[in-house]
Amino acid sequence: MTDSSTADPYGARAHARAMAGRRVTAMPTVPATDASDRPAGVAREDMLWDETVAAGGYAAKELHRGARLCLTDLGGDGCVSMLVFNAERPSERLNAADTVKVQWNAYLGAGRLLLSDMGRVLMALLEDTAETHDTFCGASNERSNGLKYGDGSNWGTRPNARDRLILAAAKFGLERRDVHPCINWFKGVHVADDGTTVLNHGPFAPGRTLTLRAEMNLLVLVANCPHVLDPRAAYTATPVRLAAWRGPVTGADDSVRNATPEGLRAFLNTEEYFRR
Amino acid sequence: MSDHAIDGLPGRIVLDEIVAARAPWDHALRRGEVLRIIDLEGNQAVDFLMYSLADDAERYSAQDTIAAQRNVYLRTGTVLLSNEGNPMATIVSTMVTRHDTIGGACSCESNTLRYGHHTKAQHACVENFLQSNARHGRGKRDMVSNINWFMNVPVEADGALGIVDGISAPGLSVDLRAEMDLTAVISNCPQINNPCNGFNPTPVRVIIAG
Repeated sequence: MTDSSTADPYGARAHARAMAGRRVTAMPTVPATDASDRPAGVAREDMLWDETVAAGGYAAKELHRGARLCLTDLGGDGCVSMLVFNAERPSERLNAADTVKVQWNAYLGAGRLLLSDMGRVLMALLEDTAETHDTFCGASNERSNGLKYGDGSNWGTRPNARDRLILAAAKFGLERRDVHPCINWFKGVHVADDGTTVLNHGPFAPGRTLTLRAEMNLLVLVANCPHVLDPRAAYTATPVRLAAWRGPVTGADDSVRNATPEGLRAFLNTEEYFRR
Repeated sequence: MSDHAIDGLPGRIVLDEIVAARAPWDHALRRGEVLRIIDLEGNQAVDFLMYSLADDAERYSAQDTIAAQRNVYLRTGTVLLSNEGNPMATIVSTMVTRHDTIGGACSCESNTLRYGHHTKAQHACVENFLQSNARHGRGKRDMVSNINWFMNVPVEADGALGIVDGISAPGLSVDLRAEMDLTAVISNCPQINNPCNGFNPTPVRVIIAG
């Protein structure tokens, strides 16, 4: 016999229940309507998601058409690798190449669109105070993290973005083949004349944000791991906050919708998809 | 009769075929074999994907390749990496200054965005990739950012990017050495709305040696 407090199910239950109410940095607010610092003008009942993702962490959420998703780089060293799927039919997903090719520009900022491989708009980037993002370099993987940090495993302290995204995908029934080329938010990559990729990893001021609008019913997966080109020897990342709330579906007079002929046709294709 | 098209290739010729204009093609490459693609008439974009024969959820990754070499252009010496960071093939030689891996493949759907809905019924590279992959049990989820041999996609200082007039010429080629057993899939690009094929899709020649 032992006199440990968890020696029997009654003691173990009491021990487990005594943890309730603890707060840590990286956790969701459940229900999201209890979020303590809602964005200005957002009603409590419209909050859909409030979660802080740890350095090296990941998260996922289904968002309906019209929802707004705000990412905040809380500590100035976040790097959010994002995958986006059509939640109704996840074989349709973000196409990084079409996103830059169709918009005739590789650098994401306010007013730009994330395009699917079916010629539709997944998300529109409404506001962006960061302006340093990356469409080229993709996710770190176990091999790249292993070379740089000595370890990249999910069960270690220096997880890699690809394996984080594989876990996030698995929880929605998706597999390795669903983990497609991603967008990296908050760390910037520009291309020099000779094609060299030039990383801007900061340091940045804490609190930079970007706000995306869901243009379809989406599954959004994110990992928050150091950028694959981050030159620092130490695994350097800071937590990121994800907040989402309900919003109106994009109207015919929306300035982002109508900004370019290519983008407008992507919105028209999206609106056609929902003509049902 | 001498055929300079096979100059410099190692070992014996395993395969020597013409891929018709607008057509798909796929073939296994064993580790160490060399695939030569010849741009017969000049400035013909050859869209290209690779899948590991042992596990086709491991496939070419443009983003891993770009990140590892810290450059968006593919040149002699570029090691083409998988989505797991493993070497799939090496560009052992090419007569063209650089090749593209940021422009993606044309599709019926993206054509509607880029050129208008009148182009929706035109044949496209994604159609070729889907057809070739379907024969091997792969589907739409297996489509990822590809390579465009002989295609020219400059990126300007402000991020402006686009498919522009080509820098290839008749008879120029690229040689790839397989670093693992893989399936190579080609769409000989049928695009007629931009300069990637000089507005005129043409055949290419593929030779496997080793």
